[in-house]
Amino acid sequence: MRQIPMREPDTLLEVRDLATHFFTDEGVVRAVDGASFDIPRGKTLCIVGESGSGKSVMARAVMGLTRAPGRVVGGSVLWCPDQDGQATDLATLHGNSRAYRAIRGPEIGMIFQEPMAALSPVHTIGTQLAESVRSRHAVSKRETRERGIEALARVGIPEPAARYDQYGFELSGGMRQRAMIAMALAAEPKLLIADEPTTALDVTTQAGILDLILDLQSETGMTVMFITHDLGVVAEIADSVAVMYLGRVVEHADVDTAFHAPAHPYTEALLRALPSIHAKTGERLAAIPGMVPHPFARPAGCAFHPRCHRFRPGLCETREPENVPVAPGHGARCLLLKPARKAAAE
Amino acid sequence: MTEMLLEIRDLCKHYPLGGPGLLRRRAVPVVRAVDRVSFDIAEGETLSLVGESGCGKTTLGKTIMRAHPATSGEMRYRRADGSIVDLGRLDGAALKAAHREIRMIFQDPNGSLNPRLSVRDIVGEPLRVRRIAQGAALEKRVAELLEKVGLRPEYLHRYPHAFSGGERQRIGIARALALDPRLVVADEAVSALDVSIQAQTLNLLSDLKSEFGLTFLFIAHDLSVVRHISDRVAVMYVGRMVELAKTEALFTRPRHPYTEALMSSVPIPDPRLRRARKRIRLAGEVASPINSPSGCAFHPRCPYATEICVRDVPQLRPTGGGLAACHHAETLELAGVSHIAEGAE
Ligand SMILES: Nc1ncnc2c1ncn2[C@@H]1O[C@H](COP(=O)(O)OP(=O)(O)O)[C@@H](O)[C@H]1O
Ligand SMILES: Nc1ncnc2c1ncn2[C@@H]1O[C@H](COP(=O)(O)OP(=O)(O)O)[C@@H](O)[C@H]1O
Ligand code: SF4
Ligand SMILES: [Mg+2]
Ligand SMILES: [Mg+2]
Repeated sequence: MRQIPMREPDTLLEVRDLATHFFTDEGVVRAVDGASFDIPRGKTLCIVGESGSGKSVMARAVMGLTRAPGRVVGGSVLWCPDQDGQATDLATLHGNSRAYRAIRGPEIGMIFQEPMAALSPVHTIGTQLAESVRSRHAVSKRETRERGIEALARVGIPEPAARYDQYGFELSGGMRQRAMIAMALAAEPKLLIADEPTTALDVTTQAGILDLILDLQSETGMTVMFITHDLGVVAEIADSVAVMYLGRVVEHADVDTAFHAPAHPYTEALLRALPSIHAKTGERLAAIPGMVPHPFARPAGCAFHPRCHRFRPGLCETREPENVPVAPGHGARCLLLKPARKAAAE
Repeated sequence: MTEMLLEIRDLCKHYPLGGPGLLRRRAVPVVRAVDRVSFDIAEGETLSLVGESGCGKTTLGKTIMRAHPATSGEMRYRRADGSIVDLGRLDGAALKAAHREIRMIFQDPNGSLNPRLSVRDIVGEPLRVRRIAQGAALEKRVAELLEKVGLRPEYLHRYPHAFSGGERQRIGIARALALDPRLVVADEAVSALDVSIQAQTLNLLSDLKSEFGLTFLFIAHDLSVVRHISDRVAVMYVGRMVELAKTEALFTRPRHPYTEALMSSVPIPDPRLRRARKRIRLAGEVASPINSPSGCAFHPRCPYATEICVRDVPQLRPTGGGLAACHHAETLELAGVSHIAEGAE
């Protein structure tokens, strides 16, 4: 058995300036355009952003599953499975290569919003679980089955032995999502990438799935990259947060800082636009004006400037903001920000 | 006291299983999608309808819209001229006249707009069909409606695909407003929208409400949105109404265990509350509306269930200012969400 060290401060995955572009007939869609973040071992990073901000495209790039007409055109995906071991730049591997296939699944597991897309309609849950188990362990048929049933039990599926021989479509939405998690986890991955796995579920079911992921994480030390557009979910599960806007990570911080001392105006605006479950009714919401621009019409300078409440004419539309390290472990791409050391010196 | 606009009494909508072709005499199983639901909506108020998917919210909305006939029950509606009609018994011209005053906004802005029609035709259709306006007058009215919902009148000749999800939802709202409705049934009208667009749309709905004195039946599953927009909230579970109360009361002190469980499951965007919250994790799954449990349908998942819950169906009855259908509603001390915020400060 592998030993996964828990609470290690060092990094399992480091994404630097990642870019995925789609070369369509109408032009180039810069879906992910210079995204950077890292995830410490055993921690949960939540990637948030409104639809179209590039969350799914970025996740697929990390998994080597970019689909045509998309192509990873730049940046690196440093995979550091062992603390003292060497990092592999996954961005340099072909998605279909042997090396990638040895990592995707056994090392990096994934679950998606729509489990039916991931569950085969012609194979039983068990067949698919077995594949996952065998990707990690060379075990007998009987033991494979036992481990598969155990995996179903562990994710809270009642009557796991009976479910093992059923098909995905025979389960309810919440159970399907659990079955998919069981499949991803049967391979005992170091990193779980979850792309909006609870978005289509009721809050009651969602709460159960989030608890499950957190429990499994504390049991196994697994690292989690959780993609969502729901800031409530982020607050529930994240250790750190990366906020995406138009293909870039505009802010990266620990969860408390992201919610209570955000540096980027977009993060600030998103939080203020949320209706509060505690608030008195009837007040107006602080809506963000305008809408996320079409990817072909990316605004010059800071891409958020047409909607930004801190917009400074003559500055924001003229230069592209760099990532500014405002504090240790906290960076944001905004032209109004000063780096931590410089700010302290002033 | 404001006047009642709509009174729903013992409304049932049961779908026969296996379709109407299979006419077997005995015990055809039915989906009790809406089962003996009663409530009122006062003129000018926003009543929200919440509950897990499959609990019958859309079915209830569609029954009011007469998208299908009710199985039984009454839907008394007070027309603009003061006359009272039963929506379930109207037909022909009378139904059409009543439904001119009641319009629906659908959940899926993509699925509910015909992709082959321009915005002018989509928004103007109700006006054209009822011969209220045509030609230049129709165009002028549609342009006005677009401006009302914050869309440029120049977009008149565009097709739905040229709009974002938020804009398409606004087109749907403009269309619902075309006939100057009095009651709007909004089925998950903001659920598919991103935070920034959702906030804009909620502000728009509240502006329209105060400008036109609209009454809303607001179907939603996001409790934060519901708290923000509603005067009162009705909670449904497997086709039945289990609680109905003023928004403030419901969120501070729910009276039904299901309401409490729903609230404790809502993720709240404040990481400090993670440990401060009391959580109720519901065991098992939502009951089936085909074969729902005996007694209180919630009893297999309810942490407070006792013998009587398994045996007797609890009736919706006055409790603490609102209505609740729980045998123990008077004695249970259930937690809302307000105490959580205080706990964190
Ligand atoms: N096959 C594709 N062809 C062209 N553009 C695409 C394709 N797939 C995704 N995109 C574009 O990439 C951007 C990011 O998409 P996505 O990562 O799915 O966003 P998110 O997951 O944040 O909602 C969007 O603008 C989308 O239109
Ligand atoms: N046309 C139909 N025929 C049979 N059952 C239906 C039909 N429409 C909805 N149902 C069932 O009725 C119940 C309530 O559905 P619905 O009103 O759509 O719930 P909600 O809007 O609260 O998610 C569900 O069990 C659903 O499967
Ligand atoms: S009646 Fe019983 S089972 Fe139903 S909600 Fe109340 S306590 Fe729970
Ligand atoms: Mg996505
Ligand atoms: Mg519905």
